[in-house]
Amino acid sequence: MSHGSTEVGRRQRASSFKSSLGVRHTLDRGFTLIVFGATLVGLVVLAILLQDVAVDGIPLIDWHFITSFPSVVPQKAGILPGLVGSLWLLGLTALFAVPIGIGAAVYLEEYAPDNWLTRMVEINISNLAGVPSIVYGLLALGMFVQLLGFLTGGRSLLSGALALSLLVLPVIIIATREALRAIPDTVREGGYALGATRWEVIRGHLLPMALPGALTGVILALSRAIGETAPLIVVGAAAYINFLPEGPRDRFTALPMIIFDWAERPQKEFISLAAAGIVVLMVVLLLANMFAIWLRNRYQRRY
Amino acid sequence: MAVDTGRGVRADSQRWGHARRGRKVRERAVEVLLAACAYLSVLTTFGIVLVLLFETLQFFQKVSIVEFLTSTTWTAAFPGPTAEYGIWALVSGTVVTTVVASIVALPIGLGAAIYLSEYSPTRLRSWLKPALEVLAGVPTIVFGFFALTFVTPLLQKFIPGIQGFNALSPGLVMGIMIIPTVASVSEDSIYAVPRALREGAYALGATKREVATRIVVPAALSGIVASFILGISRAVGETMIVTVAGGSYAHFSFDPRESIQTMTAFIVQVARGETSRGSITYDTIFAVGMALFVLTLILNIISYVFVRRYRESYE
Repeated sequence: MSHGSTEVGRRQRASSFKSSLGVRHTLDRGFTLIVFGATLVGLVVLAILLQDVAVDGIPLIDWHFITSFPSVVPQKAGILPGLVGSLWLLGLTALFAVPIGIGAAVYLEEYAPDNWLTRMVEINISNLAGVPSIVYGLLALGMFVQLLGFLTGGRSLLSGALALSLLVLPVIIIATREALRAIPDTVREGGYALGATRWEVIRGHLLPMALPGALTGVILALSRAIGETAPLIVVGAAAYINFLPEGPRDRFTALPMIIFDWAERPQKEFISLAAAGIVVLMVVLLLANMFAIWLRNRYQRRY
Repeated sequence: MAVDTGRGVRADSQRWGHARRGRKVRERAVEVLLAACAYLSVLTTFGIVLVLLFETLQFFQKVSIVEFLTSTTWTAAFPGPTAEYGIWALVSGTVVTTVVASIVALPIGLGAAIYLSEYSPTRLRSWLKPALEVLAGVPTIVFGFFALTFVTPLLQKFIPGIQGFNALSPGLVMGIMIIPTVASVSEDSIYAVPRALREGAYALGATKREVATRIVVPAALSGIVASFILGISRAVGETMIVTVAGGSYAHFSFDPRESIQTMTAFIVQVARGETSRGSITYDTIFAVGMALFVLTLILNIISYVFVRRYRESYE
């Protein structure tokens, strides 16, 4: 009797363990599928989005669309001032943000003493990276458009580019710092041993070696700048202008501004135009990325 | 010959002396210049705080701060003696879209992080990560367009009573947009979990899923929480998606099927019109901007504290 019961108990325990192992393996397979699915969700939506925009937008893109001004007549409308404005913003933002961002990174990584002041600057930069872009727009509106309007020309390309520069600075700083940190100290010590000063080592060795990493940050930063809409709206970019800006103090529009304006209109034709504008914006983004990657590879070969 | 050499040596040493003095000055100048670049970021923060504070104080001279922080009616788009400025009408819009986005982004982002760090073969991973970066690089206006012209019509087929502008559609799309942020920050912290912890669990007979969910995720929890808060903070500050697809009806409601207005969308609505400086409408956007800035700052600081904690524990 007692012998029988232990036998049953042992068999039960063995079987419960066996079935539990089976269950655990099934759960494992299920879990693998779930996390794999989670990875794909974003990519599937991205594919749907690109396909949706391309089908709607690509048929409308021709030479006329690229070289014409926006119009209330959908058939006549083009995107030229947005394209020119975005290229202006891109150039000016690069002009401000790249040297300042790399300079700040070099200071923090190579010069700054390890004290509370430096730590405060670091915390401050990582916080600035999390400030919503529209708040940078408000800063630019209060500071560059109103207070310094006599210098910037008010609601001008310059004000817009300054807002975008401050917005993307943290991205460039963080990427460049990581690139500098990855360079072994032996490079610095070798330079000093040959009598080079700190700046000579930085200019001659560290900056060239950090350039590929820094360029990656610059690409990311400038891509973000081209796509930003909210700060430009707050700075006062126009949705529609019938002239091309000729200098940094001129009024302007940008690709995302025109897309936004079209997307908000009720007529179907304008929705399609917005899709076409998005295709142009994405192509500009792609070209900027490819150019930067080419640049990065070129420098990577040299060192 | 010998004299020449001597002169040459003297000239050389003089040049060296010059060069040395020149170098010292140059070194100092470069350092100051670079330091100025770094401190510009502090200046930016001061600029933001000062601009927001100055205009917000102007605003509170006209509107009571108690009304701003307690009322749930917002009619700032129609300024006049009966206009009400209760920020909760805008905050509710922000809360609804952020909650919807979080429901999408947090579990999916974490799942993707677990897959990428624990399951994915190296080659597949080297394709998936850049693809997710592309998703992160899509301009927000494009997501807004997608929400309005694709997701909303789709939702209208399945959900009765959903309005043309609603909180659900931009919330869902915003969630998709935030997945890469959550995934990449979570993955960093999961990656930092020492291998020995995993191997110890395997040695005790745990399966891969059990290691991932009961060992790795708890060990990386502070980094994962940081990624969640960062994602939420991005949703709170996101502007174009909610502006394009969320509508502009500022009212106190938590129904995701209704048209709403978020704090960010209100700023856009006012900034698009020509408002002159000094008018109360001009001041409101800075007051709302201040609320937004403080809210995201608190979230970012909490996230920062969590990130530091996990860094300290394993490095």
